[in-house]
Amino acid sequence: MSTQRKIRILVAKPGLDGHDRGAKVVARALADAGYEVIYTGLHQTPDMIASAAVQEAVDLVGLSIMSGAHMTLFPAVQKALEKRGVKDLPLFGGGIVPEEDKAALLDGGVNAIFTPGTTTSEIVDWIEVNVRPKVEG
Amino acid sequence: MTSDNVRAGAVSRVEDVLAGRVVSAARLMRDLDDLVPGAVDELKHLYPHTGGAFVLGVTGNPGSGKSTIVDCLIRRYRDAGLRVGVVAIDPSSPFTGGAILGDRIRMQRHATDEGVFIRSMATRGHLGGLSRSTQDVISVMDAMGHDLIIVETVGVGQDEVDVVSTAHTSVVVVVPGLGDEIQAIKAGILEIADILVVNKADRAGADRTVADLSMMLDLRSEGAPAVRILKAVAINEEGIADLVEAVDLHRQDLDHEAEGRRRALDRAESRLKDLLRTLALESALTRLEAGEGLAALVERIAERKIDPYSAAEQLLAELMGDS
Repeated sequence: MSTQRKIRILVAKPGLDGHDRGAKVVARALADAGYEVIYTGLHQTPDMIASAAVQEAVDLVGLSIMSGAHMTLFPAVQKALEKRGVKDLPLFGGGIVPEEDKAALLDGGVNAIFTPGTTTSEIVDWIEVNVRPKVEG
Repeated sequence: MTSDNVRAGAVSRVEDVLAGRVVSAARLMRDLDDLVPGAVDELKHLYPHTGGAFVLGVTGNPGSGKSTIVDCLIRRYRDAGLRVGVVAIDPSSPFTGGAILGDRIRMQRHATDEGVFIRSMATRGHLGGLSRSTQDVISVMDAMGHDLIIVETVGVGQDEVDVVSTAHTSVVVVVPGLGDEIQAIKAGILEIADILVVNKADRAGADRTVADLSMMLDLRSEGAPAVRILKAVAINEEGIADLVEAVDLHRQDLDHEAEGRRRALDRAESRLKDLLRTLALESALTRLEAGEGLAALVERIAERKIDPYSAAEQLLAELMGDS
């Protein structure tokens, strides 16, 4: 039987804000693009996100953050993943992130940040270019 | 990598799984689901280490509360000190192949409990309520040392009964108010229930539903195995202790009676036939591709130049002649 890799993505909503419409829209768009999206719902701690990412063996983790806590939450998720022995798992984010913070996060190893105004097809294109080759590699 | 390296990698991953390492086990599950060559060989090494886990199937209509019940069950079994694995299946889109797997949402409180391993799976076109590789994922969880594995099927209608050939005990969740549909599904999933849970029992009509179900059970032939019916309001954790007790009782039934052995044989037979079907189909398709090709044969059938029965028989005869 031939290998049929299917891209699996965890979409999580860390922190205390309850604005999950963006996360749901993105989750739906990614599923429509043919990916398997594991959606974990609101109020996830970095440990919960890392644990789910490991158990689900995903190729990519997307975080939606509207609370302004992105500079804390992204590194915390990276650390929680490393603690579980997972390095180099691509991470992307969406939400309200100022330009200077965006640069700092990308420097810190976050693979992409999509701010308001991004179309869902831009996210899918980014995944096709940056994630699919690794998954099918 | 050379094939020796591949083998060495596979051996170490098998050892990792047996040692209960989540990262390795999760990736093996992924490879099994994605049909990566060699993953099945790792499973063969794990097989002698399986059989220790009790597998509990939870099935029922979409929205009947399966995930919430599973969440409550995880808590009870964790309190009892068991290591719990969960395989939760949601449907893939028939159009895009994509899926939103959302069963974890209801099980969030167990997300960082190291004694709980939750795996979401998409059906990927597989019918019957489970995904093609559900049994493989259960085997990996079993080999890791989980005591109890809960399998939550996709929301089912009438005929998706694969869970019965996978689980030791099958729980079917129904909700009040389906009225005549109870009649309609009595020949479907209700038949496979070892335990019937009427969830959302704070709604009107719960007692009526229980009565309908009891009546249906009374109509069965004499000597049919006991089926327990209970009410629950899973969202308030009501009725869960009763459910755990019912599972225990059913488990005792399986221990005592020849029933347990019969079921084990049924599960093994159904698994073997499943795999034979898959492998035979693969071999036939491979052979076709080497010969005139699937498309050409399909065309001849569509043009009524050959009938599909003869075509399949010829192909199979050639396959058998090969060995």
